[in-house]
Amino acid sequence: MTILKVSGLAKRFAGHEVLRGIDLDVTKGERIAVLGASGSGKSTLLRCLNFMEMPDAGTVTLDGKTIGRRESELTLVRQRIGMVFQQFNLFPHMTALGNVMEGLRTVRRMPRDQARARAEKELARVGLADKAANYPAHLSGGQKQRVAIARALAMDPELLLFDEPTSALDPELVGEVLGVIRSLAEEGCTMLLVTHELGFAYHVATRVIFLADGMIHEQGTPDEVLKHPKKERTQSFLARHKEFSL
Amino acid sequence: MHRWDFASVLANTDALLVGAIGTLHIFAICLVLGLGLGLVVGLGRYAQSRWLYWPATAFVEFFRNTPVLVQILWFYFALPILLPFSVSPLAAASLGISLNSAAFSAEIYRGGIQSIERGQWDGARALGMNWRQAMRRIILPQALKRMMPALTNRAIEIFKMSTLASAVAYVELLQQGKLIASLNFNPIEAYTAVAVIFFVFLWPLVQFTYVLERRLARDE
Amino acid sequence: MYKWDFTPVLANADLLAAGLVNTLKITGTSLACGLVLGLALALLRLSKHRWASWPAGFVIEVFRTTPPLVQLFWFFFALPLIVGIEMTPFMAAVVTFSIQSAAFFAEVFRAGIVSIERGQWDGARAIGMTHGQALRRIVLPQAVKRMIPAFMERTIELMKTTTLVATIAYADLLYAANEISQKTFRPLETFTVVALIYFVVITAFSLVARRLERRMAISGESTVH
Repeated sequence: MTILKVSGLAKRFAGHEVLRGIDLDVTKGERIAVLGASGSGKSTLLRCLNFMEMPDAGTVTLDGKTIGRRESELTLVRQRIGMVFQQFNLFPHMTALGNVMEGLRTVRRMPRDQARARAEKELARVGLADKAANYPAHLSGGQKQRVAIARALAMDPELLLFDEPTSALDPELVGEVLGVIRSLAEEGCTMLLVTHELGFAYHVATRVIFLADGMIHEQGTPDEVLKHPKKERTQSFLARHKEFSL
Repeated sequence: MHRWDFASVLANTDALLVGAIGTLHIFAICLVLGLGLGLVVGLGRYAQSRWLYWPATAFVEFFRNTPVLVQILWFYFALPILLPFSVSPLAAASLGISLNSAAFSAEIYRGGIQSIERGQWDGARALGMNWRQAMRRIILPQALKRMMPALTNRAIEIFKMSTLASAVAYVELLQQGKLIASLNFNPIEAYTAVAVIFFVFLWPLVQFTYVLERRLARDE
Repeated sequence: MYKWDFTPVLANADLLAAGLVNTLKITGTSLACGLVLGLALALLRLSKHRWASWPAGFVIEVFRTTPPLVQLFWFFFALPLIVGIEMTPFMAAVVTFSIQSAAFFAEVFRAGIVSIERGQWDGARAIGMTHGQALRRIVLPQAVKRMIPAFMERTIELMKTTTLVATIAYADLLYAANEISQKTFRPLETFTVVALIYFVVITAFSLVARRLERRMAISGESTVH
């Protein structure tokens, strides 16, 4: 069943057209990797899906209902679509547990004990149960990102958006985060993943989309796009990233 | 060489006490009103909407660029002409000092809120928080921590400004000092005593501001 | 409905003008004295000798921790009796505001001098300059340029603080307002006009100050905050 349907999505920044008409259907359980060069619009696409950026044209439909522009509606949408950022964006004045609980307490208005129990569960799920009382300043990059993932998971999102989740991490910390994302994938989590980790994308994604010039240039299974790309730009992009062995 | 004689001042400690209470009273009023209104105006200065930004800016510009004493006298002498009732010295002085403090603290609030990086807004909004929730739970708590030194400075200024209320004969420390001086012909001891009392009150606060500044510099 | 009538106030424009002139006189004089005194205080504060830095520090602390109006009263009513000289309101005002400004400037000077990187000192000493020469020829000129915004800010503050002299019967603009208001029985119009005069003068000055700051920022000079 289609969770998210995007048609004709367009966005421009300061006269420059970043997205020129994206059509996309996301079905439940799909894991879509979004690839592309810098400036191809990958992050913008993701940020338009949960309306962190307002699209200039096109529609986004969640569970059959087209999303309007009213802020009250958008906050509800963002409760159902989770996002994990490149820069983590953890709240520094709260502990790891506090961060994961925050959405449940403030947005879902869950009672404290219930929220705490749920948050502890999510932290355990990402392997950080022992860091619950730590503040972000005392966590490594990989740990911070895992807390951020737990924070997003606590909201029970129908769809998870990952915006280059490992790009800001030191190489040796990338693995722990990818491991968490992989186990989420194995549990059937629906996700869109913007990443430069092509090897990871190959093994985890069910579909790969290559963006160029603000449009979907090529898409297909990981085998199709990453091993046997048909279009020239896809090929040259992959050639430039040859260090990732598939 | 003048012979210092503090006995006459010590004999009037009750008058000074009354003054001290008056000072603390107006300080409390102006602190709450000034910093409270300042937050509202500061948010207005931070707003995107023209209808909020321009009035807030006009407020800040006007009350920062006119002397507090002029405002106090205006509220005391001029405003009653427009109103069917008179304005008490406390009301006039409180209005003048509070509005002035609101204008200055508005800029502190605006600066503090603006200094919180965008990513924090992103994190909050991505969880489905609306503007008010994001402000209350995520942005303001972090901003307030950064603004503490500047806000404490403002509080110290408000405390010092309380003496201006003596210009409209509100009973605070300086007014009592004037009274004691005129009754006992000992302006030296009287005004020195008042100065010392203020120093004793404020010095710990000023030191506290230094501690806050150092701690902030360390944490950032 | 109250009928506003500004004519009695404007009829006393000469008093207003005289008041404004006196306000500017006090501001200017206090500023000039305050600058010189402030530099002296700053250098004393930076001195390695405790007999110099401690008294200077004491003066600065006292003047920042006591209300300006109390200081003014003390210098006008108390000091003459201690020292035995006649103090006019003008003198008391200038003395008070000069020392007050000096306390403020001392901190600005100190921060400005300290903010000049070591490299400048090293460069000066390396070509054989004494500490004093380095200070005078290399460090101070740069420090002073960085302190211009703080100087402007203080001037604006001082223009507002001078209103305090009205309480010791010096004929500044606020005192004129009181006088005119009592003469014409039109406190509303009088005080409104005076408030506006202050607003216009101070805003004009602060716009000039901001333009100057922007010009300096463009020319590549960083400003001390």
